Amino acid sequence: MNHSTDRYSSTAKALHWLMALGLFGALGVGFYMTGLPLSPQKLQIYSWHKWAGVSLFLLVLLRFAWRLGHRPPAPVPMPAWQRLAAEGVHHLLYLLMFAIPLTGWLMSSAKGFQTVYFGVLPIPDLIGKDPDLGNLLKTVHVSLNFLLLALVAAHAGAALKHHFLDRDATLRRMLPGRS
Amino acid sequence: MIKQTLGAAALAAAVFALPAQAVEFNAVQADKTQIAFTYKQMNVPVDGKFRTSAASIAFDPAKPQAARASLEIDLASIDAGSQEANDEVASKLWFNTKAFPKATFVSNSVKALGNNRFEVTGKLSIKGKTLDATAPFTFKQEGTNGVFDGAFVLKRADYAIGEGMWADFGTVANEIQIKFHVVAAAAAAAKK
Ligand code: HEM
Ligand code: HEM
Repeated sequence: MNHSTDRYSSTAKALHWLMALGLFGALGVGFYMTGLPLSPQKLQIYSWHKWAGVSLFLLVLLRFAWRLGHRPPAPVPMPAWQRLAAEGVHHLLYLLMFAIPLTGWLMSSAKGFQTVYFGVLPIPDLIGKDPDLGNLLKTVHVSLNFLLLALVAAHAGAALKHHFLDRDATLRRMLPGRS
Repeated sequence: MIKQTLGAAALAAAVFALPAQAVEFNAVQADKTQIAFTYKQMNVPVDGKFRTSAASIAFDPAKPQAARASLEIDLASIDAGSQEANDEVASKLWFNTKAFPKATFVSNSVKALGNNRFEVTGKLSIKGKTLDATAPFTFKQEGTNGVFDGAFVLKRADYAIGEGMWADFGTVANEIQIKFHVVAAAAAAAKK
């Protein structure tokens, strides 16, 4: 019934859901790990969080580069304000997908703990050790994560509203599968 | 009488004829002296240091074999990279600072390696254990100060620093790079 161009391409879908999964993972691990008492396990989980965060940063670079050359399908018919809101949220989500890992990286440098990707590739420290700046960047990292949670709740809520109440193709065309 | 005068004159001549470098560096400048270290956790190098250390040194570059050094490190002064780490390393599993507040090093011998490089050997005591330790160092004279810079690798397991859950080297590596920087002013050997 629909033209294939009315749907997100499989690359767009794969990138969207892979990132969503990864972000939820990094977020969950982030909130979980900070409360742990110091132990080798905690240091390991911190490292895994940082490695996952760097991977997600690489993935969003890839996603963004790919997106610049590929337009999304024409919007599903809906009131203009909803489309504007959806687009605004999409832009903010892209922004956060860059800003959250960047603040995590800078925070780690400021706290004096370099990031060594998978324990092999040292990622340079852009800023030197500065505990006060480190605490400030931690607050920023955490606040941006709360903002991400709030926006994703609105974003997913809207998708579900379109699917179950408006019964339009908004969610379906982002879901894996063919129709 | 004449003989004695001659003897004294000869002695004086001998003393004044001593080469100028026969100067002993023995007044340690605590504020310029530092013991720094680098450990690796999850392969991430983390720098730390001890803020205070009491040291006594007697070193004449012309007679290194006669040199002596002893160092006392106040373990509570540690900066291990973060407050969380500082609290942790004071605990029983690490330095057990309550029971063993100080680490000490006492030299046995110093030998010249040439080119202003030397090697000191001595006894290093940490956490109730005393083992032999050897470290190369360089000596530089800066004005009236003697500057000693050296480094060696300490294996933390040798002293049971990091026991129990920390004993495995997978998270915190066994090798700790230690760097010392000691500044001692010259004092006339005769005034000892
Ligand atoms: C998109 C990726 C990321 C997400 C979703 C994320 C999420 C989070 C969350 C939710 C926390 C918990 C904050 C708290 O409650 O205190 C956290 C903490 C942290 N994150 Fe991330 N993060 C990401 C990327 C990174 C990166 C790339 C790094 C470093 C290279 C990093 C380093 C840290 C560190 C060190 C903490 C702990 C801060 C502390 O306890 O002092 N994060 N992160
Ligand atoms: C961390 C989680 C998520 C992030 C960062 C995220 C981000 C995005 C972004 C940036 C777009 C726009 C894609 C583009 O045009 O380039 C998008 C589209 C979309 N997302 Fe998400 N998303 C997340 C989770 C979810 C969830 C949980 C759902 C569903 C319940 C969902 C449903 C959709 C749908 C249906 C679209 C297509 C919207 C349209 O056709 O206008 N997303 N998402």
